Amino acid sequence: MSHPAAVQIFLKTIVARAWPRFVSTYRNRTWVVTETLLPLIGTISMIYVYRALHAPARYLGFVVLGGVLLAFWQNVIYSMATQFFWDRGAGNLELFAMAPTSLAAILLGMAFGGAYVSLTRAFTILLVASLLFGVGYSAAGLLPALGVFVLTICALYCLGMLLASLFLFYQREAWQLADAMQEPIYFLSGFYFPIRSLGAIAGGVGSLIPLTLGLDAIRQLVLPGTPQFIPLRWEVLAVVVQIAGYAILSQISLRYLEHRAREDARLILRST
Amino acid sequence: MDIAVETRALRRVYRTRPQEVVALDGVDLRVARGQRYGVLGPNGAGKTTLIKILVTLLLPSSGEAYVDGLDVVHQSRELRHRIAMVSGGENVGFGMLTVKEQLWMFSQFYGMPSRPVRRHIEELLERLGLSDAGDRRIAALSSGMRQKMNLIRGLITNPRILFLDEPTVALDVGAARDVRDEVRRWMAEDPSRTVILTTHYMMEADELCDRVAIVNRGRIVAEGTPAELKQRVQRDSIVDLQLSPGTRLLDALRAVDGVAAASVAEQDGIDRFSLQLSSDAALTGVMRVVEGSGRQIRGVQKREPTLEDAFVKLVGRGMAEEEQG
Repeated sequence: MSHPAAVQIFLKTIVARAWPRFVSTYRNRTWVVTETLLPLIGTISMIYVYRALHAPARYLGFVVLGGVLLAFWQNVIYSMATQFFWDRGAGNLELFAMAPTSLAAILLGMAFGGAYVSLTRAFTILLVASLLFGVGYSAAGLLPALGVFVLTICALYCLGMLLASLFLFYQREAWQLADAMQEPIYFLSGFYFPIRSLGAIAGGVGSLIPLTLGLDAIRQLVLPGTPQFIPLRWEVLAVVVQIAGYAILSQISLRYLEHRAREDARLILRST
Repeated sequence: MDIAVETRALRRVYRTRPQEVVALDGVDLRVARGQRYGVLGPNGAGKTTLIKILVTLLLPSSGEAYVDGLDVVHQSRELRHRIAMVSGGENVGFGMLTVKEQLWMFSQFYGMPSRPVRRHIEELLERLGLSDAGDRRIAALSSGMRQKMNLIRGLITNPRILFLDEPTVALDVGAARDVRDEVRRWMAEDPSRTVILTTHYMMEADELCDRVAIVNRGRIVAEGTPAELKQRVQRDSIVDLQLSPGTRLLDALRAVDGVAAASVAEQDGIDRFSLQLSSDAALTGVMRVVEGSGRQIRGVQKREPTLEDAFVKLVGRGMAEEEQG
């Protein structure tokens, strides 16, 4: 029996799974408030903290760039990694799992589908907060920073797939853990301050999250005077290694935990 | 015989606290290609577990299972191209999507080319009377329309073997009939297609299936055509006895000489007993027990045997009793 090639199914799956996310952005526009205005308020409130402390102008830039990357972190966690937990409850996971596609393609579809909202949120924060508070960036660093940003996002989505495999298996426990880990991760990634302030050990632990080093590298490129955690080139290299590492780990983990989930009846809503 | 589905000593145990639950306990099954095969049994009998193993969502604890000649454990990736499953009461998909979008989305997980699949969706929507609902959001569909859409989802990927898990549960009579009619039509289009249907509606199995396996407590207790299964109780007289509510009577009726099997179901405040009598003379003993209980007789009727009677004869209890444990 001949079937469509695996790569064809993979690509079609990404587009198809992205579709519900994409259409929901124009059929239900409440996200404009919840995904752009509210996070903007959060970022602005941190800017006021630094202003009240009379911190140097680049600190306002730290907050703005942290707010930009936070949008992608939340997309990865809430719109991708944890989705299998909800999909199982709705019965979708059964249909995804018994189709001849890969769960990695489903996850990538979720990610791409949600990217529009994340990009809008990130762009709004960057534009509005920078204009409102007069944050300036080094023009020479903009293009390399864009490159580092793309690498960071790739590493982040690979990490998201790894986390999704854990959610597939551990489900409610993983959900509770992810919720509990939110604030520590915001802290360790240095969303609102340079990671160097945390010191070598805490910064090193935080560097396991691709955002930490990616964000620090972007800040070094566009905000001159950023306290250096490790040299820029090492940060970029570490992010590239993370892309490869998390991509391989996520594939192994997805296959292994999908098999374990079939053993332990975790793909199905049980009814004998 | 060309075999579409085969299981050998299939067993599945769920490890739940405080004890293990044996959902399947050594199931041997052979389904010929081209059949509409029913797996019939009460809730909790193991039907859904069997289906979930056959569609590669669940691994057996032991034993073997083959679908379309492929091992469900080791050849699941290839097998998934050839099968589809539709469950009753499914709430799958995304409420924001229209019916057409949802169906297209699921077809893409099988790599189907978009243009022909869209045409096929239109045809199937028309066949199932959903043409007007094609552009409606899923969240706005009635349960009957939704189940028809789910059936279309199962058909558009052109599976060789279609698994239907209680496909008409909670549907009104008209929608259930439409679903059954479409299954028949789909099978008639290509004789190599096979349907495995689980149901606890005896009438549905009787009407739709070429062969039926009766499952109870994880085991197949009988297998054959509906006519063959009913044949097992053909020699008995089947009597329905409707009584006013009162003291428990079932065990006393089962103890009457000549009563081969008995079951009871409560409906509209009346206890409806179904009795299998090895001779009409046993009715005298039954009436004596009823009079002694003080219950009032609301109706007595002799009728032709059904699959439900076959189930009662094989298991010793009615479906409702089995479901209550």
